[in-house]
Amino acid sequence: MSSKKGYFGKYGGQFVPETLIPALQELESAYEEAKKSPDFWAQFESLCRDYAGRPTPLYFAERLSEHCQGTRIYLKREDLAHTGAHKINNALGQGLLAKAMGKTRVIAETGAGQHGVATAAVCAKLGLECIIYMGEEDIRRQSLNVFRIRLMGAEVRSVNTGSRTLKDAINEAIRDWVTNVTNTYYLLGSAVGPHPYPTIVRDFQSVIGKETKEQILAKCGRLPDYIVACVGGGSNAIGIFHPFLNEEQTKLIGVEAAGRGLATGKHAATLAAGEIGVLHGAKSYVLQDRHGQIRETYSISAGLDYPGVGPEHSYLKDTGRATYVAVTDEEALEGFKLLCYTEGIQPALEPAHAIFYAARLARTLSHEHIIIVNLSGRGDKDINIVADTLKAKP
Amino acid sequence: MSRISAVFERGHVALIPYITVGYPTIEATPRIAELLARNGSDIIELGIPFSDPLADGVTIQRASFKALQNGVTPELCFDLAKQVSRSTATPLIFMTYFNPVLKYGLKKFCRDCVLSNVDGLIVPDLPPDEGLELEKIAIEQGIDLVYLLPPTCTDARTKLVAQRSRGFIYLVSVTGVTGARDKLPADLKDFVTKVRRITKTPLCVGFGISTPEQARSVANIADGVIIGSKIIQLIELEDEFKSMTAFVAELRNSLDNAAKDKEASSANRSG
Repeated sequence: MSSKKGYFGKYGGQFVPETLIPALQELESAYEEAKKSPDFWAQFESLCRDYAGRPTPLYFAERLSEHCQGTRIYLKREDLAHTGAHKINNALGQGLLAKAMGKTRVIAETGAGQHGVATAAVCAKLGLECIIYMGEEDIRRQSLNVFRIRLMGAEVRSVNTGSRTLKDAINEAIRDWVTNVTNTYYLLGSAVGPHPYPTIVRDFQSVIGKETKEQILAKCGRLPDYIVACVGGGSNAIGIFHPFLNEEQTKLIGVEAAGRGLATGKHAATLAAGEIGVLHGAKSYVLQDRHGQIRETYSISAGLDYPGVGPEHSYLKDTGRATYVAVTDEEALEGFKLLCYTEGIQPALEPAHAIFYAARLARTLSHEHIIIVNLSGRGDKDINIVADTLKAKP
Repeated sequence: MSRISAVFERGHVALIPYITVGYPTIEATPRIAELLARNGSDIIELGIPFSDPLADGVTIQRASFKALQNGVTPELCFDLAKQVSRSTATPLIFMTYFNPVLKYGLKKFCRDCVLSNVDGLIVPDLPPDEGLELEKIAIEQGIDLVYLLPPTCTDARTKLVAQRSRGFIYLVSVTGVTGARDKLPADLKDFVTKVRRITKTPLCVGFGISTPEQARSVANIADGVIIGSKIIQLIELEDEFKSMTAFVAELRNSLDNAAKDKEASSANRSG
């Protein structure tokens, strides 16, 4: 698949200051080592099971399906994983890697706060110092998660440059890493960044897709027709997509944030509206202006509010293996309410985008079809945003 | 020989100040560049601002942000470089991140460098492994693509950078981002010596140098001194750039004195 090491087609690479190259090489060889080690995977699997609560259920959303005139919709319940989202899978894997590399200090960025919470939890568990970079705007809108991160002994550093969101938190984390590269492990939370991060994050998140495959075969005796997942950086989506890449009968759909609508320019739909560029160490689709400056993005959901996307998604878009669509704030709120009313489940605003799209898709299909939605996180963190938005628009 | 390589034939330590184009204002850039040239700069590094300067500390981040607010674009940077090159013969180097160059078009970017009398290019997020395509075009157009080398480099990376960097090698004094620092790292000399053993390419040291004393001690071991954040901080102080001008003149002076130190010590050795 890769034309060059560290690339997915023409996407990926290591566009970073030379200072980080030895660190990335060290990370790559440590990961290659870990990948071959049965002990490492045994440790990872045991923590996934006993600490994170895996496997997460594949749940038949019967009333949601009925509501959508009968197509069978299943939810992969990553919202039930420890700390409330799929982010724990990657945090556990990379936490073990950091430990194996003898690093004592862990840094991470977070947007919605879910990766921050997961990293803080894993660092508390493994006894590692933990610093989380978070945009000022995200600290404001995801205050519950900020509190959770601090409760677990991690430090939250507010980032007040640029758009004060995920993009700027990553910039600041990279600056920290460049400065403290010898003792610090950068626990990147999405399938973005320089090689080998997109591969490492995908591999640890692939547990989602592997479980899903077994579970749907056990329940339905066949593979699904569609898998729908939200895409910001794209870690939950690549995690559930990857084990299905060779299963051509399963269509893969990534749902980006259309914010206030693609036409308004206030959105975060990188694959739908972006073009090829380089951001945070990788060549991929990027939202940029005509001078190559990275554009400010907007989404109601902090986790999708990012002007880049993982390089493997760019590759899947170009090859046509996956399709990428965009859903607005308003539609995501519809998806949020729909899942609350029909199933008694409050999704995070990120997967609410995927829920909305899946429900709309279901109405166009017959009873024979199966759709699986990756319910990547739970919605407690978003209750205030939802309440405020619904108050403003009753 | 490129105009940049020629600088190192002059037999004195090169003074390379950095400024962000369009900071504090677009109009100020040609004036500041002229003052830098007139006060002993050998090469002027012009920063094309980028929205996400992840190798830069707060000073240059802030300057880049302001410059972008002022409406600076790569096109405008080419225009200003052309204007600067009319008033001075000092070689110019652009420093920017890879995305604006990629967006502009690698070929067009290098060709416009030539048309604007820009001699070199520094792209901190482009290590040699990713730089092949740009490097090939730069060589065709006679533009020096300068690579950076940090103190954490291995011998293999040093060899690679040494082989590929043109004009000079940009030695990063510390692991970290740009920004004025009180002290230079104690092992800087070992680092420069280590690289010197591997290559004959001129070595210029940057990141963190902020006083004439620091510049003088760097001048004792390297071929050039790059100073950015401190200059930006002084530019902020007043409209006429008097402090900045005085600072640059003082830097020139201390580099020249360092050269005398060196002569004296080698004379002592031979005597």
